[in-house]
Amino acid sequence: MSDVGFNQTSRDLPDRLQSPVVRAFKSWETLLLAVAIAIFITNSFLSPYFLNAWNLSDATFNFTEKAMIAFAMALLIVAGEIDLSVASIIALASTAMGFALQFDVGVVGLVLIGLGTGLICGGFNGFLVTGLGLPSIVVTIGTMSLFRGISYIILGDQGFRGYPSEFSYFGQGYVWWVISFEFVLFAVLALLYYVLLHRTNFGRAVYAIGNNPTGALFSGIRVARVKFILFLLTGLMSGVAAICLTARLGSTRPTIALGWELEIVTMVVLGGINILGGSGSIPGVVIAAFVMGLVTFGLGLLNVPGIVMSIFIGCLLIGVIALPRLWSIWRA
Amino acid sequence: MIRILKSREALLVGVILALTALIASRFPAFIDPANLVNVFTDTSPLIILAVGQAIVILTRCIDLSVAANLALTGMVCAMLNVAYPGLPIPAIIAVALILGALLGAINGILVWKLTIPPIVVTLGTLTIYRGIIFVISDGAWVNAHEMSPAFTGFPRAEILGLPVLAWIAILTAAVFFVVISRTPLGRAFYAVGGNPHAAVYAGINVGRTQFNAFVLSGMLAGLTGYLWVARYSVAYVDIAKGFELEVVAACVIGGIAIAGGAGTLMGAILGAIFLGIIKNALPVVGISPFWQLAISGAAIVIAVAFNARAGRTKGRIILKRAEVEAQA
Repeated sequence: MSDVGFNQTSRDLPDRLQSPVVRAFKSWETLLLAVAIAIFITNSFLSPYFLNAWNLSDATFNFTEKAMIAFAMALLIVAGEIDLSVASIIALASTAMGFALQFDVGVVGLVLIGLGTGLICGGFNGFLVTGLGLPSIVVTIGTMSLFRGISYIILGDQGFRGYPSEFSYFGQGYVWWVISFEFVLFAVLALLYYVLLHRTNFGRAVYAIGNNPTGALFSGIRVARVKFILFLLTGLMSGVAAICLTARLGSTRPTIALGWELEIVTMVVLGGINILGGSGSIPGVVIAAFVMGLVTFGLGLLNVPGIVMSIFIGCLLIGVIALPRLWSIWRA
Repeated sequence: MIRILKSREALLVGVILALTALIASRFPAFIDPANLVNVFTDTSPLIILAVGQAIVILTRCIDLSVAANLALTGMVCAMLNVAYPGLPIPAIIAVALILGALLGAINGILVWKLTIPPIVVTLGTLTIYRGIIFVISDGAWVNAHEMSPAFTGFPRAEILGLPVLAWIAILTAAVFFVVISRTPLGRAFYAVGGNPHAAVYAGINVGRTQFNAFVLSGMLAGLTGYLWVARYSVAYVDIAKGFELEVVAACVIGGIAIAGGAGTLMGAILGAIFLGIIKNALPVVGISPFWQLAISGAAIVIAVAFNARAGRTKGRIILKRAEVEAQA
């Protein structure tokens, strides 16, 4: 991944450190949070239906499933790799669950099959990238076709329906009042990934690998193993998302989650993760998830069609990255 | 001689011939000249786009916006044709080339002047271009009966038994073969991808070269936009959706290194033909078209594995594992 795009600005070391307060104020996360608040305020002025607890709760479904994958993807991108096959893993995991439905495996069985399929797919990607030493962007463009292709082979133009009613809790259930199960899961996963990336040796290793894989190897980090685990994690998260999405929709089709990989990468990059690896934070991704969810939901309330929202998302992605660079050019 | 025989291109030619022979042994109608012309014509858009994408990948970039560019330019051409049915075809083609190049230039400027990673830029413009199609067309389709016969007839007109669409693919391949292998610009593409730092010292402007690659890729995408819309006689928001990855796949199968600097146009073209044969042969052989995605996916994975094996030189240093890691 780090090979694509040579235009990396050099990482200059400052001659003295900034004070933590100034640094926090000037950080990407603060900028993003300001954007999120601005969108929230604009939304509440533009639509009278926006400020409603149930409405806001509904809005979270726009991003919770994608964000779950985005957390794992963030770690992978920090480590200098990428996984474009995540949406196809959702399709395959969902297909596997639908297939298992015919054998009366029960809710626990369905969940295990969803997670297991995700892990197997992630492991396959991980093996190709770390075992054979192939570039992840190409590998996952290939497995993206492969995994969804298998769904097409199994399903054709058919679909699976008839998931048990207890299963639908994962996508439609509420834990307390308007707090949905998916939102709780999102929050828990955000916390887990925050701890994993920012508070453990494993997280340190991920940053080290993204900044300098050779240096990391010489520092005693098992680079290939860490990367393999990261691919397993994105696979697993795709399995989790597949369970939530399938439960929410109540059906499986081979076109499920089509095009999500690009939205997830957009979310991660918008969250301040450097696409070339080495830097970024989980709180950034969390705020980016809210920004994307708020934008699409707000526009939806204004009856803006989904495809037009994509213009806003695209401009947001390029704009948020371009603005600081324009600013530094203008100041120079 | 041995080098030619061992090359990726020779391997692909071999695989394509073997695949065709295999299909022909059970279904002789497949190698009927008329059918082969059909297969080639069907593959022509992929070939034209693969040529542009190959140039972009050579310079260490990637253009994910080609399919969106194609769809937007195609829609603009179709709407122009509806509004001004008398507009001559050369004018339409000029519009397609210029608009396509302009959309490519937007990618190029962002990569060159703002040094945003190409994958991020083209992810963004991909969604923006698709959205713009909806805005200008209001989500409506432009159908066959609204287009003028000259507009839809052009790519299908036959010269010496081949449709114009196929001729354009051949012409594109020929022109860019010369550009890549016989001009300073072509050298620059390889130099920038092979070693950007060395390229700077050789007096090559890396950013500008990448910009040029994006403009060329955009121009070809625009041209394909008109040809696509005219050939299928329909324009709507979702045409060629997801096609960008098939184009990248053709390049990768053809041996264009994703890390830039290595590979040939011929390889990319053969990669496109390989995918085209698979797509066209499945219905003939009686395999459900639902298998197509999985088969091309498997082909990509296998081809990448081959690429890596071919490109791995034996290191002389003691810490060989470290070197392999650094490459991965």
